[in-house]
Amino acid sequence: MVVLVDGINYSAWLFLSAVGLTLIYGVMKIVNVAHGSFYAMGAYAAASVVGYWTTNGFNPYLSYLALVVAAVLAGFVVGPPIERFLLRYQYEKDEVVILLITYGLFLILEDVIKLIWGVNPYFVSEPYELLGNFEIAEMSYPNYYLLMVGLALVVGLMLLYVLNKTRFGRLLVSVIHDREISAAMGIDVGKIFVLTFGVGCSLAALAGAFTAPTISVTPGLGVEVIVLSFAVVVTGGLGSLPGVALAALIMGMVRALCVHFAPQLELFVIFSVMALVLAFRPRGLFSLAETRKI
Amino acid sequence: MSSIILNAKGLNKSFGAVTAASDIHVAVEQGACIGLIGTNGAGKTTFVNMITGYLKPDSGVIEFDGRDITDLIPRQITQLGISRSFQIPQLYNTMTALENLEMSYGVISLIAHRGSLFTRTDDIVPGYGKTIRALAEESLEKFGLSAYRDKVTRVLPGGVRKLLDIAMAMAVRPKILLLDEPTSGVSAEEKFDIMDMVMNVVRSGGTTVMFVEHDMEIVARHADRVLAFYDGSIIADGPPQQALKDPRVLKYIVGESQAASVVGEAH
Amino acid sequence: MSIDKPIFRFAVFLGCLLLASPWLPQWAMFMITIAGANGMVVLGLMLFLRAGLVSFGQALYFCVGAYATGLMTQMFKFTDIFVLLISAGVMSGVLAYILGFLLAKYRAIFFGLLSLAFSMILYGLLAKTEALGSTDGFNIPAITILGWLPPQPLVRVTILAVTFAVMLLCLTFVNGLLRSPRGLLLTAIRDNEIRTEYMGASAQRTIHLIYVIAGVLAGLGGALAAVAVGHIDPAMAFWTTSGEFIFITILGGIGSVLAPFLGSMVFGVIHTVAFANSPNTWQMMIGLALIAVILLLPDGLWSLVSRMKKARA
Repeated sequence: MVVLVDGINYSAWLFLSAVGLTLIYGVMKIVNVAHGSFYAMGAYAAASVVGYWTTNGFNPYLSYLALVVAAVLAGFVVGPPIERFLLRYQYEKDEVVILLITYGLFLILEDVIKLIWGVNPYFVSEPYELLGNFEIAEMSYPNYYLLMVGLALVVGLMLLYVLNKTRFGRLLVSVIHDREISAAMGIDVGKIFVLTFGVGCSLAALAGAFTAPTISVTPGLGVEVIVLSFAVVVTGGLGSLPGVALAALIMGMVRALCVHFAPQLELFVIFSVMALVLAFRPRGLFSLAETRKI
Repeated sequence: MSSIILNAKGLNKSFGAVTAASDIHVAVEQGACIGLIGTNGAGKTTFVNMITGYLKPDSGVIEFDGRDITDLIPRQITQLGISRSFQIPQLYNTMTALENLEMSYGVISLIAHRGSLFTRTDDIVPGYGKTIRALAEESLEKFGLSAYRDKVTRVLPGGVRKLLDIAMAMAVRPKILLLDEPTSGVSAEEKFDIMDMVMNVVRSGGTTVMFVEHDMEIVARHADRVLAFYDGSIIADGPPQQALKDPRVLKYIVGESQAASVVGEAH
Repeated sequence: MSIDKPIFRFAVFLGCLLLASPWLPQWAMFMITIAGANGMVVLGLMLFLRAGLVSFGQALYFCVGAYATGLMTQMFKFTDIFVLLISAGVMSGVLAYILGFLLAKYRAIFFGLLSLAFSMILYGLLAKTEALGSTDGFNIPAITILGWLPPQPLVRVTILAVTFAVMLLCLTFVNGLLRSPRGLLLTAIRDNEIRTEYMGASAQRTIHLIYVIAGVLAGLGGALAAVAVGHIDPAMAFWTTSGEFIFITILGGIGSVLAPFLGSMVFGVIHTVAFANSPNTWQMMIGLALIAVILLLPDGLWSLVSRMKKARA
């Protein structure tokens, strides 16, 4: 039972952390290594915002909204300028080059975070503790778990809605399938790229923001996130929304099971799942169809 | 009577609702020159892809030189002696024409030396008697590409890229060469010359050739046997005189008005 | 295998450095040794880059080499440097051979981030293992060379000499590899893997081979670094270490087997200067410098050397 609850919570976290990465890849076909930094920025921004919120005695229940605002700010203030002024000019280059550039960005942002927030840990557990606990089968769990799961569901459903039912979503799908043809049909691919990058980074920041109350926010948060998110995204299929959801669910449950018995193997287990899935479906669980090359 | 070098028996392949191959039976004789015709999507390239290992048939068997090659991958099939050129030439775009061919012969050298790490690129290639560079220069000459020796392939014209693609396929001295639309994308003036040259070089060594073509005049000119594909099946199989006049071929592929003029030129 | 002229000239240069050692300060010899060790790792990364691949986790093997050295000295009490080097090379090689089966199937981002993952897994395992000192690591005792224990003033120069010898050996090997038909395949795989397969070559086999070679090179580098520093810790497997190696690779360029050593020497100097002044912005500086090199000097420092050579000719 413990495993089930832990598993669902962890799956929700994996989904939230990874969904931004798969969105950016799907639309722009780049792997944003700096994704981890945006997660960290979200966490730090949340720490600052919540810190400010609580010291000024604002309504603690509205602090969750503050978390969202912090995340969106982090994502949209930092993300779009990066896309517009740096990445935009690199799309024609080799994908290894783009990868190295986002890696360079990751390195830069890691230190920028240290410069702004320092190296000491931040603790902002108020939003976490505020909600109290719930009980199942004589075990007590934080209600914050429910918040995370709820958030994951909301984000997932919203994305589904946007992609399928809105005009913007349909433009996105078109660009996902073929950038050149979309441009040829008059779609402003540049604008879509900037927006998507902003949204993708904000989603990463959102995951970080909502995780902040449950951990001590320290430098180096970002590395594990990029590695894990990548594993989830690849297992689900690069660019696939249902894929990342399913992969997050599977990995969350497996990891919860494993942590119960052998906690040191955590990272190893997640990568084993990935390796196993890739052995049978090299492009992940749900992959976007590939055009024939020859 | 020549021996059968390639035997495809009962090949079937579907992609979802699309049947790309339906009970295909083809026996190819050594030294033959076969034209594969048919509209787009009729199954010609699927057939080529199955023989060269890019696709695995849903059912059926492919035998080459008496050996079952149905489940082999392209790399293994090339090593056995079946080579192909591509509809969109697959070249090393950042390298010169000479370097492209040196790469082909380099692989042959590597395999001939059993992957040893200690051979040098200026060693003699076992079985070919010359160095990689000498072999590459020779191929360029044979295919009339010497003028493009030091030009990076990305900037070369379509016809030249096609020839280079074929030259690279020939480096392994294959027993069977499959040409996938060798003249597509080539200007009308060049088509015939290019095809004449290719056939000259290729057939002089006794290589069995199978080529996919849309231009019936070229088919009539070079093929001694025509396989007509339609909807995944072979609807005609015979010498061009006969196949190109077949009513179903006329109806689905050639077009009635074209027929007379085309077949008149067949050898 | 005949020796190529540039390598011969480099050997002469290294020989001169050794002869000049009585006049070189200890910190300079240390810096050069570390540059040599790093250069070995980067030599492997250069091979990857020629094939169009980037390993974000090469520090894995660097760390394995270092810890192999550590274990051999602590557990088995071996101090002979050649024994240590061989065990480092063997352990890295075996691990690379095993992991290579998985990694050789992947390209581009997959390859890069998978390798990062493995290095972080090792980091996690080492950091939590108390027997190995957890995050503190442990020390490497004095090394001997064929039974002889160098007296204190000669330790640095002995290690330097061994480093140079290993470097030259590896340079000759890798150079020979790049001049063989197998070496040609690296650029072929990067340029058009489909064509390469259709010519009868196995891209996977070649990448597996390169992966093992790069692993052994990194392991040797790790052993040399461990001996030079006298201490090992899990940070040697951390992603930031891999990041430095990647930076050096791009900085040096892939134009020649000597480029990695040019890059690591320049990096050594930058590191000594910058780290002393502002340790909290080190990552940022590497990131900025990395992007700057990619945008402004995409072929690395070695391309400057080539241009100078051509201008002179």
